[in-house]
Amino acid sequence: MNWFLIAISAIFVNNILLAQYLGNCPFMGVSKRLSTALGMGAAVIFVATLASVFTWIIYHYVMVPYGIEYMQTLIFILVIAALVQFVEIFLKKKSRAIYNALGIYLPLITTNCAVMGIALLNIKNENGFFEMLVFSFASAVGFSLALILFAGIRERMITTPIPIVLRGTAIALIMAGIMSLAFMGFAGMGS
Amino acid sequence: MLPVIVLAGIGGIAALILGIAARIFYVEEDPRIKDVTNLLPGANCGGCGFAGCSACAEAIVAGEAQPNACVVGGTEVANAVAYYLGMEAIETNPQVANPGCRGGNRATKKYDYIGFDDCRAAMLYYHGPTQCERGCIGLGTCVKSCRFGAIEMGTEGLPVFNPERCVGCGECVRACPKGIIGLISSTTKILHWNQYTECLAPCQQKCPAQIDIRKYVQYIKEGRFKDALLTIKEHNPLPSVCGRVCPEPCALACRRQISDEPVAINYLKRFVADQEYLSGTRYEVPIAADTGKQVAVIGGGPSGLSAAYYLRRLGHAVTIFEKMPKLGGMLRYGIPEYRLPKKILDWEIQGILEMGVQAKTGVEFGESLKLELLKTEGFDAVYVAVGAWDDQRLTIEGHDAEGVISGIKYLERFHTDEEVDKGEYIIVIGGGNTAIDAARTAQRMGAKEVSIVYRRSRNEMPANPAEIIAAEEEGINLRYLYGPQRVVIENGRVAGLEVIKMELGEPDPSGRRRPVPVEGSEQILKCDVIIEAVGQKPNMEFMKNDSHLKSIPLTRWNTIEASEDTLQTDIPYVFTGGDCFTGPALAIDAIAAGRFAARSIHYYLSEGKIPPIEERARDFIPESLLSELQGIKSKTRVHEPVVPLEERLGNFKEVEGTIAEEDALYESSRCLNCGIYCYNKDIVEDENSLPVLQSEGDALAS
Repeated sequence: MNWFLIAISAIFVNNILLAQYLGNCPFMGVSKRLSTALGMGAAVIFVATLASVFTWIIYHYVMVPYGIEYMQTLIFILVIAALVQFVEIFLKKKSRAIYNALGIYLPLITTNCAVMGIALLNIKNENGFFEMLVFSFASAVGFSLALILFAGIRERMITTPIPIVLRGTAIALIMAGIMSLAFMGFAGMGS
Repeated sequence: MLPVIVLAGIGGIAALILGIAARIFYVEEDPRIKDVTNLLPGANCGGCGFAGCSACAEAIVAGEAQPNACVVGGTEVANAVAYYLGMEAIETNPQVANPGCRGGNRATKKYDYIGFDDCRAAMLYYHGPTQCERGCIGLGTCVKSCRFGAIEMGTEGLPVFNPERCVGCGECVRACPKGIIGLISSTTKILHWNQYTECLAPCQQKCPAQIDIRKYVQYIKEGRFKDALLTIKEHNPLPSVCGRVCPEPCALACRRQISDEPVAINYLKRFVADQEYLSGTRYEVPIAADTGKQVAVIGGGPSGLSAAYYLRRLGHAVTIFEKMPKLGGMLRYGIPEYRLPKKILDWEIQGILEMGVQAKTGVEFGESLKLELLKTEGFDAVYVAVGAWDDQRLTIEGHDAEGVISGIKYLERFHTDEEVDKGEYIIVIGGGNTAIDAARTAQRMGAKEVSIVYRRSRNEMPANPAEIIAAEEEGINLRYLYGPQRVVIENGRVAGLEVIKMELGEPDPSGRRRPVPVEGSEQILKCDVIIEAVGQKPNMEFMKNDSHLKSIPLTRWNTIEASEDTLQTDIPYVFTGGDCFTGPALAIDAIAAGRFAARSIHYYLSEGKIPPIEERARDFIPESLLSELQGIKSKTRVHEPVVPLEERLGNFKEVEGTIAEEDALYESSRCLNCGIYCYNKDIVEDENSLPVLQSEGDALAS
């Protein structure tokens, strides 16, 4: 599978949010405004790629030799949490500008299932290092794309008459469902 | 065993790396930030304007925000933060949301909207259903935006704000697409000036001091006299004085007069002010925390008192310097006792002094007191409001004879040790309030005949109409269309005044018709005292005596030159206002100038520069001028109690009385509670005939 196909598949066909239903909390939580969605998207792209690299290395060079692959979930949580903390500390010192733009989202990502999911999928799909890199980046881009599109819709939803029972998260979930159906249109692409 | 060791190993390594990273990448950060963050509620609401609580804490520690920046935590958190930082919590006047529209169901509708439940959506379709561009749409977007449940939709179709629950976070301000909700504290009310973009009742537009007349009259209607008085005091610190002497420019703008008579605004103002006076206890007004700045006010007249009052409320230390032995200026020395009892004036002045305003009387500026001295004594700004105490004098033959006195001097002597001029036949020249005051005073002093000689007709007379009527009632002989020609002198004393009959000719630049003498109609009026009350002008000699003030130029009317937008003179820390800036005007003009100067001085002292007032409403907002009223039932105006004529003469008892409570409640019910377009209608018409907006095509067609 070449990297282009991996990217297309990760962004559209197997969109992590709309096809795999991972990372639904930020999808509902930070999609109320376009500006916050953009910040969150960028933070997820950065962290997901970095986390996948680390977990991939630890998996292949620590866990496989010792034969403890079955503990990947536990170890990945530990690694990702520590990594995000590290990144936060690092950015605060070295790049104040990036820290100000992404900093407030980093703690949210510590417990983000999309990041965890990408790391685990890399193992499950038996991706090589390069494939892993492309897949992680593209999956996170797919996450951001869906989040930003959704924020755009939700911004417009504020001014739309909606039956009282459906207001808020209810209508947002319905919208997410419809978006998910729309993304199903990509299925079969590239095959 | 192995998996546990690996897991523990990875955990240990991660912990080690993090620990080392925390050392290596340690950011020199104020440890107080973390502690302050812990004190904050952690709601991350953004109400303070920073991105989350930690950013807010950072700003507080850096001094960029006040300890009370957190809108959710309230006083408790503010005190805790301030205590931690070793500062005193600054009790600023809290900001609460305030609606700028009172139209609601009264507003004329353009369309009936169907299917909208959000103001922002309705806004996109022809700016909402009301005719008024400034008006509330009424779909309650602000109600939904409020996270503290402080807003609910009222029965009148307007959101009702609960100040108890409002934390001033400003969510509703951001949610309202019309921008009619504002965050207002008592400080912002003092600093605010009318703007064209606001919904202003005609009376508020007309009042020089911009008192929210409509609001306080509504408070009176609800029986909330204290709130009414506090509303007045936001723009006028001397309500019981103005309730007696103000000629009510606002009443000229009252919409009620289209159908019958204007609301008796001044009676109402006097009523609420006297309620406080009679109770003997003062209502507390909010005073901001001390700013550490000192302001000197030169002149203890209405303008100086007003500036001192508002500067004090804004937290500055104020000292008034007054030339005369007592404070009050023209209110004390120019207005006779029967119109303004001095005990009322003293009560008002005492209230201002009790707020912490210092006063030094008997100090003349330019003599013992110089600008340089004020500067060395630590005053940061100076407000010069010395008024207009010099009389204009006629240049007729014999005007300097014994027995000719100026109106101001005549009235002033009743309050100083100088001897009062008495006579049997007294002639007052002039047609202003000073002339009437002098004539009515002379009548009370037991003169046989008092006449007023005025060269135009009664219609052109600048005095208050009520005063003219009272003068007529008291038997003062008003001679209209007589021009003084020369003073007749016998034995070195005034014996008469030669006058000439006038007729009205073409209008002059002031719009009044110019009097033209009729040839050969001269006659001599017998008199022994002539009081000239033909106008006042500022006395600016003191400016020339001061080496610094000398550099401030004077206008050709002998007034101080200053910026009209800021009242700032060529010396940046010297401000001026009132009669010595505008020339002789009403007390309420001087009071307005005092507050305007307070605004400028406050900004000058706190921010260094004075922001201009955007869209400052200088003239009437054209849309608010209505030519007809619909659905209004006629209601007669109340009349204030007046002391009968026989009890008036020979004493200085106050002539006009305060109206009774039931009269005040009745009179306030006559107020139409106006907005730009709206007013209360007695008969509500059927509004079912409105076009219904369903699609764009419909709207364009209608």
